[in-house]
Amino acid sequence: MSTLTVQDHAVVQHGHDHEHHHTENFWTKYIFSQDHKMIARQFLITGIIMAVIAMMLSILFRIQLAYPEKAFPLLETLLGRFAPGGRLDTNFYLSLVTIHGTIMVFFVLTAGLSGTFSNLLIPYQLGARDMASPFMNMLSYWLFFIASVIMMASFFTEKGPAGPGWTIYPPLSALPKAMPGSGLGMTYWLISMVLFVASQLMGGINYISTILNMRTKGMDLWKMPLTIWAFFLTAILGVLAFPVLVAGVVLLIFDRSFGTSFYLSEIVVQGQQMPFEGGSPILFQHLFWFLGHPEVYIVIMPALGISSEVIATNSRKPIFGYHAMVYSLIGITVLSFIVWGHHMFVTGMNPFLGGVFMITTLIIAVPSAVKTFNYLATLWRGNIRFTPAMLFAIGLVSFFISGGLTGIFLGNAALDINLHDTYFVVAHFHLVMGSAAIFGMLAGVYHWFPKMFGRMMDEKLGYLHFWLTFIGAYLVFFPMHFMGLGGVPRRYYSFTEIESFKEWLTLNTFITWAAIMSALAQVAFLFNFFYSIFFGKKATQNPWNSTTLEWTTPVEHIHGNWPGEIPTVYRWPYDYSKPGHDEDFIPQTVPFSQTLSSNLPHDFEDNPVNLESHKDWVNIQRSNEEEVK
Amino acid sequence: MMMARFEQDKNKLDLTPKRFNMWIFLFTSFMFFAALTSGFIVYIGGKGHALKMNLPVAFMYSTGIIIVSSLTMFLASNAAKKLQFAKQRTFLWATFILGLGFLGMQVYAWYVLAFEMKAYFINPNASISFVYVFSLMHLLHILAGLVLLIVSLVSTYRKTPQVINLFRMEMTSIFWHFVDIIWIYLYVFLLLNQN
Repeated sequence: MSTLTVQDHAVVQHGHDHEHHHTENFWTKYIFSQDHKMIARQFLITGIIMAVIAMMLSILFRIQLAYPEKAFPLLETLLGRFAPGGRLDTNFYLSLVTIHGTIMVFFVLTAGLSGTFSNLLIPYQLGARDMASPFMNMLSYWLFFIASVIMMASFFTEKGPAGPGWTIYPPLSALPKAMPGSGLGMTYWLISMVLFVASQLMGGINYISTILNMRTKGMDLWKMPLTIWAFFLTAILGVLAFPVLVAGVVLLIFDRSFGTSFYLSEIVVQGQQMPFEGGSPILFQHLFWFLGHPEVYIVIMPALGISSEVIATNSRKPIFGYHAMVYSLIGITVLSFIVWGHHMFVTGMNPFLGGVFMITTLIIAVPSAVKTFNYLATLWRGNIRFTPAMLFAIGLVSFFISGGLTGIFLGNAALDINLHDTYFVVAHFHLVMGSAAIFGMLAGVYHWFPKMFGRMMDEKLGYLHFWLTFIGAYLVFFPMHFMGLGGVPRRYYSFTEIESFKEWLTLNTFITWAAIMSALAQVAFLFNFFYSIFFGKKATQNPWNSTTLEWTTPVEHIHGNWPGEIPTVYRWPYDYSKPGHDEDFIPQTVPFSQTLSSNLPHDFEDNPVNLESHKDWVNIQRSNEEEVK
Repeated sequence: MMMARFEQDKNKLDLTPKRFNMWIFLFTSFMFFAALTSGFIVYIGGKGHALKMNLPVAFMYSTGIIIVSSLTMFLASNAAKKLQFAKQRTFLWATFILGLGFLGMQVYAWYVLAFEMKAYFINPNASISFVYVFSLMHLLHILAGLVLLIVSLVSTYRKTPQVINLFRMEMTSIFWHFVDIIWIYLYVFLLLNQN
């Protein structure tokens, strides 16, 4: 199992040479790299750039929400025709909301998160030299890159980017003349997303295949770190759900460009009767949410996996309930496919069907709660080291709880009819999948930065970044619950137009300033990140005293990851603070024969012969002690 | 000794993960068609009726053609395993030609649908549009299959190591049988929804 195909690598043909980089030039090393570590860094940096763009878009529409009556001449200078007279164009406002959502959900939290950490950690933590198909892996990144470029290019079309919301419901998305954001920008959106899905499928296929086929000796499934379990199940979700989105989008493209009526029925646009009949916009919602709901777990599960690893390492304790963690991830994976209807309670769905979706939705609370309690139990009486990564992982647990609780509200059909499409929903998903997932991603960046770049990030800036972002995120999203309960609908351009919503203006101003504060806090991160790549303190091989395999590789990146043989794995990844051992961690590569004083009977559950010899050893120790007495 | 071992596992050709990639790809492809047919079911559920017409006979002929092509594909793989390369080449060509025949027959079926049965792609009964979408999306897979067949054919004309030849044959036949099964699924699905 420890072998793999490296025949694609130029190095192989010159295998006797110790200088592993000598056949590489700038293009093969930094641009069209097939090395999983380089691809991970490419995904991360592209993801960070996209995240900054999407964040700035959100600040733009937050300014509009806080000061709907005010003109900012600077905006006209910056945005030109999209902000005539210094006030955001109404249609551009919708485009901002749409593109903010699309970039954050897909480009940052799907590709940026899974793409970075699956690529980095799957070969590292499993003991593989690279991915199953390095070429496909490279293709996956470049398709993602092209998709990003096309998505951003839509800002340069005459009528601006897509505007029907990130869920692109027809008829708005299916009728190019419905609104400015339904025109060329929408076409760009669709092309970009098809490329994006192709990229994710290539990535996902590679992740699954690598995990199932290329583990090192001794690394059975139950010895895999929880990060790998999370990436594995995430990839399965992606592989099963993304094709469904493509199917939905294909039909949408036929409706848009060829005049079929899959989603469109009798409709009048700008006083003109359109030729469509007999279609059903609800059909699109079914297809979209069959992807869309698993998608939110594609976003959160890698973050949960990363925080399991970070929390266990920095609590210096084994993760609480390793098996329960895995089974709850599996539970979430399976359940995520049968809950999509809870996004559609108000579409006139049969109330009985609504009830079914309600029950399946609420059942997801069980595995989610198992995970939450396990995080808390891992922290309990741990020897906690508050590294920036640890703070972000704890932050994830906090957001996952406070955002998850409102999920129980929204999963109830009776409550959802009131809360649907209000700020309550915005608050819910920004906490539970927005903030929680981005915190998981940041925890991963701080934790594996030494592995990625061979240098350490600055801790003080990390703390500053954490506290400002953590407080800022709560200040932004918590008040939105009250707006939602007050019936304030999402995606509205200006609440001052509506008498009953005027009173929320002061709150909107407050949220906007909190958002600006959190956005500024990211400058601390960006500076820290890019500065540390070049000038950070040099990292040691295992800076966090961690047990997993990636920390047995040299700091300097080499092709094939390990200079010699791939290490063999003997134990599970969470042997922290094991009683009787002289250090508070035992790497996975240390055999039990070297740790006699700390072995426990349950280490030999599946190995009766070794269990006997362990018992013998314990008895000898005991009799020796008695003799001494 | 450690270096020696590294050299060793570098040079070993392990195709299992790549073979596995193909199987996972089939899953994604299957989900794509499952989504399309589920969309069909949801659509006719709202509409109250399905196609309300009989499918053109051409679809039955094309189904026959593709089943025969699966058989020739199987014979080609068998010949490759037994090192009978001339036979392998003949059967691959047969499969390729049958594949083209299938493609032609599908296009003819569209012609019959549109010009003889007046069941157009742009149709107020979108379940008929679905027939076109199903067969078009399936034809894209057939095209991919034809490309794979050419790759396998090329390796029979060159001095390809038998391991690689067999690997390519295996990939091609897995994929070809899969697109065959998908078409049978789509055809039976449509037959059951003629009313």
